[in-house]
Amino acid sequence: MTALALTAFTATSAIGRGVEATLDALLAQRSGLAPCAFETVELDTCVGEVAGVDAAPLPRTLEAYECRNNRLALLGLRADGFSEAVEAAAARYGRARLGVWLGTSTSGILETELAYRRRDGATGALPADFNYRGAHNTYSLAAFVRAALALEGPAVVISSACSSSAKVFASARRAIAARVVDAAVVGGVDSLCLTTLYGFHSLQLVARTPCRPFDAARDGISIGEAAAFALLEPAPSSLDAAAVLLLGSGESSDAWHMSAPHPEGRGAQAAMSGALATAQLTAADIDYLNFHGTGTAGNDAAEAHAVAAVLGTAVPGSSTKGATGHTLGAAGALEAVICALALRHGLMPGGVNTRTVDPKLGVNYLRENRRAPLKHVMSNSFGFGGSNCSLIFGRAG
Amino acid sequence: MSSLTAWIDGVGLLGPGLADWPEAAAVLAGRAPWRAQPTVLRPLECLPPAERRRTGQVVRLALGVGLEALARAGVDASTLATVFSSSGGDGENCHSICEVLASEDRQISPTRFHNSVHNAAAGYWGIATGATAPSNALCAFDGSFAEGMLEALTQVAIDETAVLLIAYDAAYPEPMRSVRPIPDAFGVALLVSPTARSGSLARITAALAATPAERLADAGLEALRGAIPAARSLPLLRRLARGEPGAVVIDYLENLSLALEVAQCP
Repeated sequence: MTALALTAFTATSAIGRGVEATLDALLAQRSGLAPCAFETVELDTCVGEVAGVDAAPLPRTLEAYECRNNRLALLGLRADGFSEAVEAAAARYGRARLGVWLGTSTSGILETELAYRRRDGATGALPADFNYRGAHNTYSLAAFVRAALALEGPAVVISSACSSSAKVFASARRAIAARVVDAAVVGGVDSLCLTTLYGFHSLQLVARTPCRPFDAARDGISIGEAAAFALLEPAPSSLDAAAVLLLGSGESSDAWHMSAPHPEGRGAQAAMSGALATAQLTAADIDYLNFHGTGTAGNDAAEAHAVAAVLGTAVPGSSTKGATGHTLGAAGALEAVICALALRHGLMPGGVNTRTVDPKLGVNYLRENRRAPLKHVMSNSFGFGGSNCSLIFGRAG
Repeated sequence: MSSLTAWIDGVGLLGPGLADWPEAAAVLAGRAPWRAQPTVLRPLECLPPAERRRTGQVVRLALGVGLEALARAGVDASTLATVFSSSGGDGENCHSICEVLASEDRQISPTRFHNSVHNAAAGYWGIATGATAPSNALCAFDGSFAEGMLEALTQVAIDETAVLLIAYDAAYPEPMRSVRPIPDAFGVALLVSPTARSGSLARITAALAATPAERLADAGLEALRGAIPAARSLPLLRRLARGEPGAVVIDYLENLSLALEVAQCP
């Protein structure tokens, strides 16, 4: 594939608002996970909550999209001058030539959960202020971002659970290659809600203490929330050495189970191999791997198996979910931005919370930060329904 | 934009008064009248019984039309990439979860939870067919069918591979039905590929446009088109059913539509 440049990128999660705060937290190996005090949730678990989301209502011009998920999206768009970078791109290409590809698993489902507590006692009707289109519908995130950025091109939400906002990079790069659009806003936004907290709890996949990916005693995920965005454009002929490129993407399906990965990571292997093939790279070219690394026994074992088969056991890697929590539909985009920071600053972020790396997993898991020039990094994202996506990012020079 | 071209090799369809593609084609070609009748979902025999028990109506709808399109084209599912597109996914399941979460006991069932993902139909498709190729799960509200077309045709162009598009929507139960009044289930599957085959139905070329979508003359069918996002496909299907070359515009986003040029096979 032809490389695309990430000409702007931003991330807002439990470890910070914007890339500077995110980088500081990674450098300090600080976790944003804390005991869950979200809404009325009574679960003994930790979450990665973004501070200040509820205190930041949408401006009146965008109130048709009011919900926690879109508030978080707006916090994300306002960080790091991202909206301004999109505006400049819109001026260059035209508003109809910029597309929007975003991932979410939750959309504004929280507002629906709360509305169901306020149903009419006699008729069962939802309260009159319930907003299906702007809050509940899966597309509401892309509709909101398209409106907030005043774009007029195609827009879509990809919702394939925890691979959602990795897959947006693959779809957007195809659309740019086919000249459906000239450039694309990609990203992911997922927000805390009762469905995911109680849902993962029902599957007994939620850890009590902050999640410990790849630890011998790992016992589940910690759920987080995040908004992360990137602006994808064709790479200009001369690039700054620190420019970050999307080099490859690979997608696959497990065809195995709805909520458990293939035990040997069959689909994960295909996704990683596909990413290497589109990037025209080999396993030896990958300097750092951002694992999907959710922290459940089965997920980490399947991923380790797949990584050993495709990349070998030596490639240094870590999961940043010990810091941010598993941000589900936003994880792919959040970890893409972390990969961009890794490339730009020569930083392999050590995985926090993990005390004893499970020797059975046979991976080179980094618990401490390591500084080294990085040329190519890979990020893995795997989701329910057996949906897999691997992305490769690189430095221009 | 530059236009996207593909061949349509197979169609599957199920909706109110439209029991399958041949029946729908007869109605759309004007050879038979459309009669308002509830959508009757097909039994799902492709899943193991244990998995079948876990699936909702929406999964039966999506898998049913997908399998129909492939059967008509004589194509094996196991190596085929798929694009699933739906406005609301499984509304019954969503309602059930929200009811439990609003009750004293918030313990939702694990099956309900894994069925709540928007890509549930894609997941069951993989389990049913063994297809390990990439699969996408999209939503663009009322424009979900056009968005699915755009994604499928882009994959055909760039990945040079055949893609099965499955667009589907079903009714919510109350109280969601009142705020999103989708009257009944409608699913459509189109097998699109980069090269013509002996059984190809038509060649289509797509481009973004700003012109309004084509309407249907039949008031009943036009009401379906307006009420069910996946039924926004009907003007295209009508042209395929008639074997009529020409241009057709379908709904996508506000002020943005998808213009399709349909050409007959040589």
